[in-house]
Amino acid sequence: MSPETIGALLPLFAGLPLLVAGILITTGHRLRLHAVINIATMLVMLAAACGLVYHFWATDGGTIAHQVGLWPAGIAIPFAADMFTALMLAVTLLLTVVSIWFAQASRAANSRYFAPLVLILATGVNGALLTADLFNLFVFLEVMLLPSYGLYVLSANRKLPLRRVHGVRLYVTMNLFTSTLYMIGVGFLYGTAGSVNIAVLADQAQHDPTVAIAGAVSIFALCIKASVIPVHGWLARAYPGTSPAITALFSGLHTKVAIYAIYRIYSVVYGGDTRFLWIGVVLFSLTMLIGVFGAVGEKTTRTILAFHMVSQIGYILLGVALFSELGLTAGIFYLLHHMIVKASLFMSTGAVEVRYGTGVIGALGGISRTEPVIAIAFMIAALSLAGIPPFSGFVAKFMLIVGAVDTGDIAAVVIMLFVSLITLLSMLKIWTGMFWEKGSGGPATKSGTVITSATRDPYAHEASYTPELATEATRAQVSTLTGTQTIIETDESTVPARRINFALAAPSVVLAIITVAFGLGAQFLLSLSGIAAEGLYDNTDYVQAVLNR
Amino acid sequence: MTLSITVALLTAGAVYLFSKRELLRVILGFVLIGHAGNLILFAAGGTDRRNEAFHPSADPSAMADPLPQAFVLTAIVIAFSITVFMLVLAVTGDDSDGTAAKVEELDVAAESESDGVRHASRRSAPRQENT
Repeated sequence: MSPETIGALLPLFAGLPLLVAGILITTGHRLRLHAVINIATMLVMLAAACGLVYHFWATDGGTIAHQVGLWPAGIAIPFAADMFTALMLAVTLLLTVVSIWFAQASRAANSRYFAPLVLILATGVNGALLTADLFNLFVFLEVMLLPSYGLYVLSANRKLPLRRVHGVRLYVTMNLFTSTLYMIGVGFLYGTAGSVNIAVLADQAQHDPTVAIAGAVSIFALCIKASVIPVHGWLARAYPGTSPAITALFSGLHTKVAIYAIYRIYSVVYGGDTRFLWIGVVLFSLTMLIGVFGAVGEKTTRTILAFHMVSQIGYILLGVALFSELGLTAGIFYLLHHMIVKASLFMSTGAVEVRYGTGVIGALGGISRTEPVIAIAFMIAALSLAGIPPFSGFVAKFMLIVGAVDTGDIAAVVIMLFVSLITLLSMLKIWTGMFWEKGSGGPATKSGTVITSATRDPYAHEASYTPELATEATRAQVSTLTGTQTIIETDESTVPARRINFALAAPSVVLAIITVAFGLGAQFLLSLSGIAAEGLYDNTDYVQAVLNR
Repeated sequence: MTLSITVALLTAGAVYLFSKRELLRVILGFVLIGHAGNLILFAAGGTDRRNEAFHPSADPSAMADPLPQAFVLTAIVIAFSITVFMLVLAVTGDDSDGTAAKVEELDVAAESESDGVRHASRRSAPRQENT
């Protein structure tokens, strides 16, 4: 296809899911139909995104831009895609497909509004990735966030909709504040530079300090969304409040869109200005460090994982703070790897949480005996997160360290290595507390006391997610209790029945396989990330395409 | 000048309201900061040119910049919808997030409400300790 044709089709990434969402709302309560159409739409877009990646791989970079409505360039709202956009589209859509699957399997999608909301969420994400207009980015961020608020409440237990409301209060207030701040930043940019078109703004922040300050307000707002130190506190409190399926979906999409926007704005509007890079290096190194220490004190799997997300976001953003071709390549590779691995972790521990009714560390034990598949998937993703070869995390961290050595940020290298170690320890904590710990001491008394303490401790109970009714949750807890007691009475080697079925285990396993593939086939993905990084490092191609020159 | 003073006042009011415990006041704070943001967008387009934008005989040097007006219109709609959603969140929920005022902090009107409020805040006390 010619670039013009592809360009004209780009707005469909935002238009198609919106249209399908509108149609699905009118079809009423047909959940199976909704699920099929939902996944089919995402797969069509995923195929299109892979096609885009292939196109940019074949042409070795380049940018495709389209002036929506065929208005003259500079007046129209442009949609633009390069290799970075295409890779992000592909991975976010892949995650959306897998998350929908997980939500269906974990019965978090039992609402007629689930599929339309996810489709509108995809509209917002795709639009935010494709647009080359900063105010339009604000609008698409809102399009992305509004269905998220709905999903946050809807996917929680429908019989007890108010129970989970405290997380959503924090989530909505934080996001509304951030959006307002971003909008103010865009207003300042318009006031100082006279445009909100990214290409028109290109390199202006380098020459005009007022534009740089205005842009800094926008980037600060995006940093809150991406949960960078010192504005990271909301993430670990808000994300675990909803169902595991939605946590996984949000973890893959929301913060990552903000990171994408930071990469894009800094590379185009600031032209990769070297004067401000040290701020990024300091902040993002601190983000790594404080995020990983935050996880140490947490007691449930999802809060631990959420704090690790903060830490990992430091790594990803360090790529843009290095702003060398190598650093950007590493950062983009890290971003893609992280989205996959984090979702896999949220889904493997989420599957346990859904079936066993709690995500509190130490409340369960010996899951690896009953659920070997989930345990292996968790282990692979956890080791990948910590950066152990041969998984993708090793390649990502190695490249980033090489990039940091290259630019001489030795302190950042030391912090990266140190944080990796703590990450590994933290993952082992989940492993021993949830999957392994069995037979070490009297299992019946141990798990028995822990369960009663979990029920007595109201907050710990609050943090656990129960997809079924509350009565069923208590029944599940009782059955865990009696299950362990039966083992004592009969025989130590009796293994309780498996509770996590294939459908629920599949998403985390698929993503774990992908991280292995990313690790073993790193050469190919690195060459793709390299093409994406070139487009960021030298923004002339992007700017000229968007301005239709 | 008038615009910047107004923005400053609105922001100050918003910050004051954000520091309050109850979600309703926080929402009012968001209403204020939303207005502050809208005024900033207006100011970005310049306030010296004020004639209508798309008039056939409009003089380009005197007509107002239509783009910030479109921005503000979009921003108002978005902020309004989220405010409504937050108001729903303010009336639902079990006050377990510490946004409800303690009994002694409540003003006279709220104090005359049913015992349910006191009961709820007492019940939520141990949860707060755990956070």
